[in-house]
Amino acid sequence: MATAEEVAKAAERRDVRDRWLLSAPALLVIFLAATGPLLIVLIYSFLTPGPYGDVKWQFSPDAWLSVFMERDIFDDTLSLAAAHVTIFWRSIKLAVVTTIATLTLGFPTAYFMATRSEKTRDLWLFLITIPFWTNLLIRTFAVLQIIRNEGIINTILIKLGIVSTPVQILYTDTAILIGMAYVYLPLMVLPIYASMEKLDFRLVEAGYDLYATRFKVLRKIIFPLVKPGVIAGSILVFIPALGAYVTPSVLGGGKNMMLSNLIELQFGQGRNWPLGSALSITVMIIVMVALLAYVRNAGKSGVRHG
Amino acid sequence: MPDKPDRNAIEVVNVSKIFGSGDGQVAALDTVSVSIRENEFFTLLGPSGCGKTTLLRLIAGFDFPTAGEILLYGQDIALLPPFKRPVNTVFQSYALFPHMTVADNIGFGLEMLGKPKAEIKARVAEMLKLVKMEALAGRRTSQISGGQQQRVALARALAPQPKVLLLDEPLSALDYKLRKEMQIELKRLQHETGITFIFVTHDQEEALTMSDRIAVMSSGKILQVGSPRDIYDRPAERFVADFIGESNFLKADVVGVSGGRATVKLSSGTEIPASLPDGFSPSGKVTIVVRPEHAQLGGASPSASLSGTVENIVYLGTDTHFHLRLAGGEPFIVRRQNSRGAGDGIVQGGQIGIMIGSDAAQVLKD
Repeated sequence: MATAEEVAKAAERRDVRDRWLLSAPALLVIFLAATGPLLIVLIYSFLTPGPYGDVKWQFSPDAWLSVFMERDIFDDTLSLAAAHVTIFWRSIKLAVVTTIATLTLGFPTAYFMATRSEKTRDLWLFLITIPFWTNLLIRTFAVLQIIRNEGIINTILIKLGIVSTPVQILYTDTAILIGMAYVYLPLMVLPIYASMEKLDFRLVEAGYDLYATRFKVLRKIIFPLVKPGVIAGSILVFIPALGAYVTPSVLGGGKNMMLSNLIELQFGQGRNWPLGSALSITVMIIVMVALLAYVRNAGKSGVRHG
Repeated sequence: MPDKPDRNAIEVVNVSKIFGSGDGQVAALDTVSVSIRENEFFTLLGPSGCGKTTLLRLIAGFDFPTAGEILLYGQDIALLPPFKRPVNTVFQSYALFPHMTVADNIGFGLEMLGKPKAEIKARVAEMLKLVKMEALAGRRTSQISGGQQQRVALARALAPQPKVLLLDEPLSALDYKLRKEMQIELKRLQHETGITFIFVTHDQEEALTMSDRIAVMSSGKILQVGSPRDIYDRPAERFVADFIGESNFLKADVVGVSGGRATVKLSSGTEIPASLPDGFSPSGKVTIVVRPEHAQLGGASPSASLSGTVENIVYLGTDTHFHLRLAGGEPFIVRRQNSRGAGDGIVQGGQIGIMIGSDAAQVLKD
């Protein structure tokens, strides 16, 4: 005869087993799509590069060393890999500037959309999402057409007599910035809009009523309340901007290498898969550290959400 | 009621507000004029959509009038933005800032006015004491009850010492008992601060208990302005009589007019005196109103003004409602205060006389 305790224990065991069975498909997908590939990248970063790409199954810390260091080919001493540091710095700077640029443009846009009547709001939302329907490469080439020396901007500037020779925008960091800001703007607008739409505009009226000027209302009431949207938008822009490949290649002309180009190089002509893997993971770590710092800072500055 | 100085805090002069354009135009306010005296508890009373909230928003500065002037102590403020008007609002939804504490909410207006920190702190403490919320100063506004939020909203609007306080149906979200408490509380606050209150409500009882004067509004117009007693006892129009309290409307013919009073002939043939709205001199057919408690029941005596059949008797504890049907077919209600003891022999289905006293009837303008 089983005691009540034993029955309960058996039932609990069954329960636990069922739970695992039921969540198995989800766990499988998570493993295959996210954890598994990441694990492979991590393992590869500790192996030796093969002569024709691929890897040799032999442990080596070299890939990780050469992320920031380089070994002198004559005396084997290590020194800072200036080229890598420059590329990292340039990419991070560009991602930060892109985030700031999209925030500056996206915040007023989202505010504008959220303050329209309910019917027109949907139209604006639709217009904002239209670019997503077009291939990224095509959108990037469209920007190229606008900013190149014979493009719209330069033609107008010359016709107006403001400049006599075309302003070189294409193949500069400015070109990359313009392209990235354009491509990632919707990713900033949409989350801010989502927050802004939920904003109770009676609070804005209350602010005006209590002697807050328009700027003060924006700073003291609107901004703190839509901050979750601003944080989400910044994350959504910063991450892909740091790893952007197409836009810097097309608009930067490959002159100034970005992180993505550097990583691509390792898997292509460089034939150094372990270094590519190590670089990829380094980018992930940078993103994670940056986000943690950002979210923690944004959450601190005077705003306590209930 | 203490005597109020005759200075006007707010003067609304021929103000119209039209929303929309073309065929979709809606006149929320139609050439409204009203003067609100200093230190007065003034109520805008009317059903939803009558324009009372629109008028309040024009005074606050959230909307701007299509035509007309709004004067604050003689200065036209109609087109000033809200942050330049020494007028504060208590919102229907309270609109407390969810990302700030109770104390920060109350201090917000003063902070925006650029007052020194020490002064803000002192004033906030004073306000917290005034609305009895000292213990909850550090709480987030989402962590306090509706009644407490109401008090914070009041304190927040009073803290910058506005010249006029606007209250947009501030009690509508509270339950009955709390509402009663807050009515008394508001009256006390108005008395203690000496600030002019403009209160918007659709609740006639609220208006009657709290106000010094009431403006009854309907369809974008002010129909009548007067003390609660004026409005109740001497309604000028059918809408006012109907909206506030219960009323019996009777058709009558004007027989004679003299010195602000008229003699009217009822359908039963009896002639009774009736008072007239100010500056109104009627002739021919009019409607008169008699409040249910201003008429008496009096057996079937021939001295009665009217007679009718008792259709229904509703006992309500403090008083009894007699639902009568007049000889001409119109309904008539008489309310009588109960005294302890046996009934009075009035039974359902019986014939009974109705006596309308010499000051019980009021002629209506329409």
